[in-house]
Amino acid sequence: MSASEEENGPGDDVKDPVLDDQAPRAASCAGGACGCGGAGAREDAAPALWRNLDELQQSAAFQQAVENEFPRQAVPLGLGVDRRRFMQLMGASLALGGAAACTKQPPEEIVPYVKQPEEIVPGNPLFFATAAPMGGGYALGVLATSHMGRPTKIEGNPEHPASLGSTDVFAQASVLGLYDPDRSKTIVNAGRIRTWEAFVDALTMELATQEGSGGAGLRILSGAVTSPSLAAQMTAILARFPLARWYQWESASDRSAVLGSRAAFGRDVSVRYDLAKAQVVVALDCDLLGKGPGAVRYSRDFARGRRVWESAPEGTAPGTMNRLYAVECTPSPTSTLADHRLALKPAEVGAFAAALAAALGVPGAAAPAGWNHPEAARLLPVLAKDLLAHRGSSVVAAGDESAPELHVLAHAINAHLGNHGTTVLLGEPIAARPTDPLADLEALVAELQAGKVEALLMLDVNPVYDAPPELKVADALLSPAARLRVHWGLYDDETARYCHWHVNAAHYLETWGDARAYDGTVTLQQPLIDPLYGGRSAHEVLAVLENRPGTGAREVVQGLWQPRLGGEPQWRKAVHDGFVGGSAAPAAGAGVNGGAVAAAARTITEALAQQQGYTLAFRPDPSAWDGRYANNAWLQELPRPFSKVVWDNPVLVSPRTARELKIDDGTSDGLQGRRAAVLRIEVDGASIEAPAWVLPAQADGVLTLTLGYGRTRTGKVGKGVGVDVNKLRTRAGFWSRAGAAARATGDRYELASTQGHFLVTDPAGVERPMVRRATLAEYQRQPELMHEAVEAPAHDMTLYPDWPYEGHKWGMAINLSACTGCNACVVACVAENNISVVGKDQVFRGREMHWLRIDQYYAGDYDAPSAVLNQPVPCMHCENAPCEVVCPVEATTHSFEGLNEMTYNRCVGTRYCGNNCPYKVRRFNFYKFADWTTESLKLQRNPNVSVRFRGVMEKCSYCVQRINAARINSEREDRKITDGEVRPACAQACPTEAIVFGDINDAEARVTAWKKQPLSYGMLEDLNTRPRTTYMGRLANPHPELEEKA
Amino acid sequence: MAQIFHPSTNTISRVSIFGLIFFIAFAGWVAMAIDRSPAVTRERQVIEQPVPFSHDHHVGEEGFDCRYCHTSVEKSAFAGIPPTATCMGCHSVLFADSPILEPVRASFRDGTPLHWRRVYDLPDFVYFNHSIHVAKGIGCTTCHGDIGRMPLTWKASSLKMEWCVGCHRDPAKYVRPREEVFNPNWDPALISAARRAELMKEYKIVSRTSCSVCHR
Repeated sequence: MSASEEENGPGDDVKDPVLDDQAPRAASCAGGACGCGGAGAREDAAPALWRNLDELQQSAAFQQAVENEFPRQAVPLGLGVDRRRFMQLMGASLALGGAAACTKQPPEEIVPYVKQPEEIVPGNPLFFATAAPMGGGYALGVLATSHMGRPTKIEGNPEHPASLGSTDVFAQASVLGLYDPDRSKTIVNAGRIRTWEAFVDALTMELATQEGSGGAGLRILSGAVTSPSLAAQMTAILARFPLARWYQWESASDRSAVLGSRAAFGRDVSVRYDLAKAQVVVALDCDLLGKGPGAVRYSRDFARGRRVWESAPEGTAPGTMNRLYAVECTPSPTSTLADHRLALKPAEVGAFAAALAAALGVPGAAAPAGWNHPEAARLLPVLAKDLLAHRGSSVVAAGDESAPELHVLAHAINAHLGNHGTTVLLGEPIAARPTDPLADLEALVAELQAGKVEALLMLDVNPVYDAPPELKVADALLSPAARLRVHWGLYDDETARYCHWHVNAAHYLETWGDARAYDGTVTLQQPLIDPLYGGRSAHEVLAVLENRPGTGAREVVQGLWQPRLGGEPQWRKAVHDGFVGGSAAPAAGAGVNGGAVAAAARTITEALAQQQGYTLAFRPDPSAWDGRYANNAWLQELPRPFSKVVWDNPVLVSPRTARELKIDDGTSDGLQGRRAAVLRIEVDGASIEAPAWVLPAQADGVLTLTLGYGRTRTGKVGKGVGVDVNKLRTRAGFWSRAGAAARATGDRYELASTQGHFLVTDPAGVERPMVRRATLAEYQRQPELMHEAVEAPAHDMTLYPDWPYEGHKWGMAINLSACTGCNACVVACVAENNISVVGKDQVFRGREMHWLRIDQYYAGDYDAPSAVLNQPVPCMHCENAPCEVVCPVEATTHSFEGLNEMTYNRCVGTRYCGNNCPYKVRRFNFYKFADWTTESLKLQRNPNVSVRFRGVMEKCSYCVQRINAARINSEREDRKITDGEVRPACAQACPTEAIVFGDINDAEARVTAWKKQPLSYGMLEDLNTRPRTTYMGRLANPHPELEEKA
Repeated sequence: MAQIFHPSTNTISRVSIFGLIFFIAFAGWVAMAIDRSPAVTRERQVIEQPVPFSHDHHVGEEGFDCRYCHTSVEKSAFAGIPPTATCMGCHSVLFADSPILEPVRASFRDGTPLHWRRVYDLPDFVYFNHSIHVAKGIGCTTCHGDIGRMPLTWKASSLKMEWCVGCHRDPAKYVRPREEVFNPNWDPALISAARRAELMKEYKIVSRTSCSVCHR
């Protein structure tokens, strides 16, 4: 280790690309026919695809990391142990280990119902359609699995327009939120546990006073609301208290979109896209496929246009592929699929949009004078040409975190191109009352300070934590006039601390409700379980304000919908389906105001002029969002896209900016971020200190900070994790703030990133990229080019006989042209397979338990990579599996259907299999990682999968429990398993349908069709492992005028 | 110099070295025999239940079909233990004041479920599915023994893996016509080996011994 530390010490901030250790490598390939061109130039020595700087430079530390199974091995026994002592210890371990294995089976009971509900068949799960809440008050239609009354898994609702059967990470992880032992469990008044009745009495008394004044002192602050039932209750409350006010606050809101549509159309309009029809998509600082209420649906539609080998979507010619341009300040899952990507500062993205509008001839648009960016200048004319060639079949989308002006320009461009009504659908607003949450909160704070607020009800909001500090929400809440402050929420959080009353909320799986989806479809939420801790729904709390205390959530929701739908049968159908059919927002006709475009262009030019210092870009965190999921351990342990950091929110900086700041990438033991430099970021007197992550695709001069960390009052999982970046937010600098200063403090911080774990590499000199890729044009010229670099050995190159597969032969194909790296598959796998959370310290040691990882590769230059590639890596279920032959106890074997099985009860933990796996997909359970003591967490587990103990190897099983269930069902019904009947959790969750699973013996199966394509290849197939999981080579569709060999 | 060891030491050492091998083998055999004995497997041992339910009475004498109580045996992995309501269907009238049935009545009255003690308890890493066995013509008595003659319920088989695999390797020995699955008096000698081979084809029964069939 000492050698590697010397080379990666904190001193060398910029590494020399030509290192000593490259000499033998160059020599070895000079003689061979590998085609790498011999020694010398960096381009020749560097791999085509790389994961971090060390890999790009092929440093010694990197080679060391490749060879180590784990980044920091368990400390070997100290030098004080001699041979005799070692034998004693080993003997004792063997004897005690053997003795410990002799457990007596504890007696078990069977407790049947007294009266069994009709629909329950013990042992078979039931599925209920419900609505998973998303940021911004939107809903995703989901199907929740219930095992004997316990919700265990969330799947997408295949009939729901926002889901079509897929989910995002938050919906997948929400089931853990239900069982979170840290949820608030009681109603609290001034630190004392109180009853609901006591709360209702206290509230009713205050309301009686308020009624006299017409509610002049009553204020309600909620999150963004789309729920029609909640809105109806608000209307009733405001009718009872005409002077009361209802405010909405959302930290990660679509404020810019609201302001943008007001400016452009002069009214509130909802915007959604039909990406199935779009052939050219331009994402301006917009994570179209990764974030927001429509992301799951957009991903599905967009990916359809990328599968050139399948029948083309309506209105497109076969063999064509859509094209995505991404212009952004920080990389997003969307931009990993971009055919052209440009990293710009936030203000420059605005300038780019203005220049694009001008180039397209949008009335009122003007290119910002004096802005000159060579790459943008190269891209702009081509993009403009492409868009003009695709009038009515293109989309220009601006992101929620961009400025409102960008939305105005996007609307103007879409209107100009005739996209409105075809690919861009304008509708009536979906929010119950579209609002600028910042203005709402400001107004509330002003009223609190003025002593006008006497009673304040806060519904699931946490402004004390997530509002910009200049609003001084905490101080305002302590205003003496506000004599009754109530907080309703899932956690006793920072804001609850400033309230007299805290009412514990019911989780969405525990109560009734409704919300609208991205297109306005009313999605009904039904409970699967009684509230675990007696939580109350918002409807119940608001019913007290309506003067109908005791009204349940179901009465409120059913009371609204049953008459509207026309009767109980219709209501029952809607609850069964999970949504109200045909309830999408009606189309709205709206013209873009030309004056707004000119004004937007002016504002952008002004903003461009104020670009001194570093620009801070704030983003909702891909795991914690705005902090509401901070206590969800599944989400915390997800490797964040790009950095693959877990349990932290480092500042993202570009390599050039890192050099400017004189910081290195914190590499130690060949792994980035293990000694991350700490940056002190200051702007207008506010400052934070946070570890830096050097991210190659980041825009220069932009520091990306994600929200949702540094929580001081949440559960034990989220408390104190990461850095609270809200301290740097202001009203003006809500999503991006220029003029920041940053400097290295000299401190170091240990970031746990999985980017360098389980490294799979080429041996020096062999060019066999894990991700094979080509442009569409290259592929059409020469379909077999994916197989040029490396060829699988001949079929008879093995001593083992072939396996006969008389029945099914399961296989998987993964489409690399569609994977955005969103992580939905990883959480789905965790939920389905009872995978343990191990915590930051264990991840730091390379002991994460995820069965499925998403490798991320960069291509091209370190400072400006030409592409970012995602590759999900589950078990390959090799035909010639290297793991099977080395297991001394036959704990890993080959099944009659070709699965590579892992039998935990046989495993003795030699780890030979993990050692011999070239794909590094096996995970060893070092400790008792599973929580066997917390009662609530036991309820979450999938009863069809063993909960593993320490000392066993685990790995992807292709969700064999689902295969077995399908086989049993089909054989019982004496039929064949239909294609698509078995889907592993990852394939089911994937929003882009990137993972396809099925029976390779079935010639009609989709997976078979995919595997027959020339694009299909196996990872490391030259090792003759014959992987069952294969990949569809990644295709890009660059514009012919910009095409270059990356 | 005097000899340290007596000449017989040669013999003793030869015998003891040779004998040790036998001793180890014997000890291993004893350990395995103990492991397979009813003392460990709890085979053929009556487990006390809250109510001394008699299959002998209900099935043997009254002729109940298994599925009257074990309703989900054809649909689910779990055969199902009847809810108290099923018991009370008859016992609200029959033996309505028998003191033995007081726990059943109490359960129905108070809405508190009965706590039966599990007789057939597989380890948690084994996943057994009743429905597929029944559908493939494996009868109740094949595993549950002469359940229709048990006054109190005991485990009729060891539930050792070798016992499971014995059938999984050669299911033909145990298959019976589907209509006889729930017959408590079925005797395998009633049909010929040829008929069983036919049934194997008809029910598409294949020997399944891959680990993931039961472990996952």
